[in-house]
Amino acid sequence: MTQNQTPQGTQKISRYIMTIIFVVLLLSVISIILAVSVYLNGVSTSSHVVSSSQAGQDDLTAGFLAIIGLVAMTMSLVTLFQSRRQAAEMKIEVPKVMTTIECKKCGTKTVREFQRGDYVYKDLDACPKCPDTKQIITAVYKEIKEKEKTYNV
Amino acid sequence: MYIMIREVENSLHKLKFIKEEGRKNAIDAIKEIGKPPADPTARVDRYLEYFTIGPQSMDPAGVVYKLDHILDVRDTRLKDEVKLMAPGCDEVQVNNLENTLEAAMALNFIYKVVRHYYIQGKKTLSLYVIMQIQMILPMVMKEAEAYASALKAFAYGQPIGDGAGPLVAAKLMHGYEIRKLPKDCVMATVPLEGRTALIIKAEGPGGNVGKPGDAVEAVIEENAGKIANVIMIDAGLKLEGETLGEVADGIGAAIGGPGVDQYKIEEKLTKYKIPINAIIIKEDIGDAVSPLRKEINDAVDKVIERVKAIILEQTKEGDKVIIVGVGNSIGVGQ
Repeated sequence: MTQNQTPQGTQKISRYIMTIIFVVLLLSVISIILAVSVYLNGVSTSSHVVSSSQAGQDDLTAGFLAIIGLVAMTMSLVTLFQSRRQAAEMKIEVPKVMTTIECKKCGTKTVREFQRGDYVYKDLDACPKCPDTKQIITAVYKEIKEKEKTYNV
Repeated sequence: MYIMIREVENSLHKLKFIKEEGRKNAIDAIKEIGKPPADPTARVDRYLEYFTIGPQSMDPAGVVYKLDHILDVRDTRLKDEVKLMAPGCDEVQVNNLENTLEAAMALNFIYKVVRHYYIQGKKTLSLYVIMQIQMILPMVMKEAEAYASALKAFAYGQPIGDGAGPLVAAKLMHGYEIRKLPKDCVMATVPLEGRTALIIKAEGPGGNVGKPGDAVEAVIEENAGKIANVIMIDAGLKLEGETLGEVADGIGAAIGGPGVDQYKIEEKLTKYKIPINAIIIKEDIGDAVSPLRKEINDAVDKVIERVKAIILEQTKEGDKVIIVGVGNSIGVGQ
């Protein structure tokens, strides 16, 4: 197994927080459904003989329920994404480590992923080009692509 | 104050996660490599709580040798503990597992100290207690993250940034006859620019820093003090803004740790009036304990050029020179 195949650290959000988020999300959905049903009821009954104050009250109730539902839904989704981001930050980076193999005779250089047991100046099998010479590991290193931020000072 | 407490609390959660991962990694590595007959979890937990009491220094005469003795006892005790946990390991693997456990131990200690200040701050509601830890938190987190990435490197036996010195020594001594020196060090006699270079490093490829103080002492005594120069190569902490892998040279014994080895080397050099040079490869704490970065690996040739220049400038043909590659030899053979 190459070292670079090592699994990353587990990223879990607390079950307690998840339960709260989903309960709030469920309540917000119920609130929005209620808002829609109250609004639709208001529309259908307004076509019959109902006082205008009754219809206005229904609209107001629907509006309140919709606002409560939307605010609760937004808050629970924000909390969910924030928790996911925090959990993603909590992982131990396993860098990609490479091994350089060289043949001292023909100078052939190959680079492959690090394997357990590799170390600098370890003798390996014979070189495919010159069968009488053993290849050796000349370097084991990690390469980091991103450039460090400079401050021009 | 609330913002500070929240900040410490968030970092504490992260530290707890890192510490747990460290413990888990160490246990997994022991199970995988050491093939223990019983579950090593309880032993690992006990290992993580080990402490060392330094010698009393009210009367400082001889304190270095007392410290040296305590460090030897600690080293033997920890190694024996690893051998009991993982009986299926060879010497190299025992050294690597010991290093893995030491990284987990450091993470455990960092977590406990931060937790101590956090709880103390909440209990006393003192701004100053919380401020103390909040102010140094970025550096503490950087160190903890460095140890976290070191765990896998140690378990797999990969070279780390601190191994820059041994890497230079290995490149110089590779292909020459190697002999063992006290303690856990190796030496090769290499012709270099018309001089005889006695090259010393900790024995690899297991995780091991050896005792270069004892090794240099032994070599100087073997040669009855007839050494023209000592050159020490080590990884040096870089300041922000300095380039990773930058090479700098100067004067003095380039060696970290508790100071025992530095003391022994300085004693011998003073006795025989031997000049000492130091070459450092600059890197930060994170790079020092995590897998070796390419920039540090590329700096090896520059260091060798610098060593040759010092030898040519400061010694005569036929002189004997000691070159010491200081640092952890994990993943570096010879």
